[in-house]
Amino acid sequence: MPPLLEARGLSRSFGHVRALDNASFDVDAGEVVALIGDNGAGKSTMVKALTGNLPVDSGELFFEGERVTITSPHQASDMGMEVVYQDLALAPHLNPVQNMFLGREIPRRGLLGRLGFMDDKTMRTRAQAGFRELGGTVRSFTAQVGAMSGGQRQQIAIVRAITWANKIVFLDEPTAALGVVQTKNVLDTIKRVRDKGIAVVLISHSMPAVLEVADRVQVMRLGTRVATMPAEGTTVEQLVGAMTGALDYSTIDSKEGAA
Amino acid sequence: MSVITPPGQAPDQQVVADAPPSDSYLKRLGNLQSVWILGVLLLIILAFSLAAGDKFLSTSNFSLISQNIAVWAVLGVGMTFVIITSGIDLSIGSVLVFSSVVAAKVMAASGGDSWGVAGLGILAAIASGVAWGVLNGFLVAKAKIPALIVTLGSLSIALGLAQVLTGGIDIRSVPEALTDFNTYVRILGVPALPFVALVVVVIGGIVLHKTKFGRYTYAIGSNELGARRVGINVDRHLIMVYALSGAMAGLGAVLALAQFGTTTIAGQSLTNLNVIAAVVIGGTSIFGGQGSIFGTVVGLFIPAVLQAGFVIIGVEAFWQGVAVGTVLVAAVYVDQSRRAAALRGASAPNPLLAMFRTRK
Repeated sequence: MPPLLEARGLSRSFGHVRALDNASFDVDAGEVVALIGDNGAGKSTMVKALTGNLPVDSGELFFEGERVTITSPHQASDMGMEVVYQDLALAPHLNPVQNMFLGREIPRRGLLGRLGFMDDKTMRTRAQAGFRELGGTVRSFTAQVGAMSGGQRQQIAIVRAITWANKIVFLDEPTAALGVVQTKNVLDTIKRVRDKGIAVVLISHSMPAVLEVADRVQVMRLGTRVATMPAEGTTVEQLVGAMTGALDYSTIDSKEGAA
Repeated sequence: MSVITPPGQAPDQQVVADAPPSDSYLKRLGNLQSVWILGVLLLIILAFSLAAGDKFLSTSNFSLISQNIAVWAVLGVGMTFVIITSGIDLSIGSVLVFSSVVAAKVMAASGGDSWGVAGLGILAAIASGVAWGVLNGFLVAKAKIPALIVTLGSLSIALGLAQVLTGGIDIRSVPEALTDFNTYVRILGVPALPFVALVVVVIGGIVLHKTKFGRYTYAIGSNELGARRVGINVDRHLIMVYALSGAMAGLGAVLALAQFGTTTIAGQSLTNLNVIAAVVIGGTSIFGGQGSIFGTVVGLFIPAVLQAGFVIIGVEAFWQGVAVGTVLVAAVYVDQSRRAAALRGASAPNPLLAMFRTRK
């Protein structure tokens, strides 16, 4: 079976900087793939290229085995992919329900709906169902998101993403600003998302978090994927070694070798 | 402005101090700046009532007060939307003047005192208001010039053009249909101009709080980048919000023509600041993301009531400026510290700030 989403030989330059240099990536349905690498290794660029936020100079994308070109974030959304950015993109003055449906408000029936009136009740019910499904710590649906803790905000952003994504969720550094308890909550959430059959692509600098939650780890260095390894049986030292280039990796992905 | 606490400082359990829904509705109401400021307004009314008795608490007095703020209330609706997007529109007074000049010219050219002529004037006023608003919005959203600069420029240009069009002399030929509308018409017992303003205010409130248009207005003021990321067409929305403000200035021009029977070229130089002050007193944050039309209306009543009250109890009306300025600063200070207290213990209110702190 082909991967859910696969990138082959993506390249993208910014002036003289090769942000992506013949880089590949793949994720299967219902797995958590961690994308790691040092700062500037091309992780964020890769995610942007995969989700229609950045055109590439060369390379191919395959979605469910079919060759595709994704030209806009909107198109990526329509295909079932959502990104949770590091800054979460939540509106701090709106409540969780309003944030969850921001840009996708459910209109009222009939004429009122056409005039732009929203069906707040249905949105609240659906949002509450979404939060219940993922468990977690968001208990107030009327308070402003800005008054909530970092963990709760992360939760809201993730719930929003998986509400609209039925294929892949990209998480950019979801635990960077969180404490121990909150990090654990987020990791539990990621596992629950995976159990729903949605693939999760996790960008993180936190090696223990990566090893705890990921099924596979793909390592990027200098704009290209240098290693793919199963999380099980891999150590933090091995990951760091691959990231920094200190270890010459024998398990380098075969596709990379072919390309 | 914001309380900066280290991210993730508060454990999740601690933050959710949420009462059951029935309770929290009251609590939320009590947390609104507009509700507090309504209390201040009631206190002022109470004080004047005690000092002046029936003379102050009369229907005629409040009818006069409501007539005095009718035009500003209409402008305030547009301004509230603009300020919630964290913008500002300094040009409304000049756009009002410009629109009233255009309307007066159109009506004079068609001649006559009928509603047909007045209708043409109304259309012309609103159309020129919208045109200025679209120009403002375009320069703010597309050319990325700060709203303060854009609207400071259009303030000057619109007033200048109005003076060029008239040679600086007010046009006094306003159809009787309009002036009679102000003088004689009462709708449901309310004088005509305040009634129109009330209708505009109610519609404005509904649009702001109940429709997608209003929701996006808050979202853009709260987190513009976030709004873009969820697919909101931020540029188009900003242009529409400034166009709304311009349209309100156009409608305000019609009301002003009806009220004074003449254009008011030299009379609107402080209109923008008075309206902005009212919006801010009413709890709309100058930094965007929160506010209400209801608050703006309360914020308009405070200076008007102070002025009327001072006249009645025989204090020089000049003190109104002193009092309003004090209320403005005090209201914002109280609002700010209450908000800071509400966020204490929670992590940083602004996710953008949080992002900067966590970056290496």
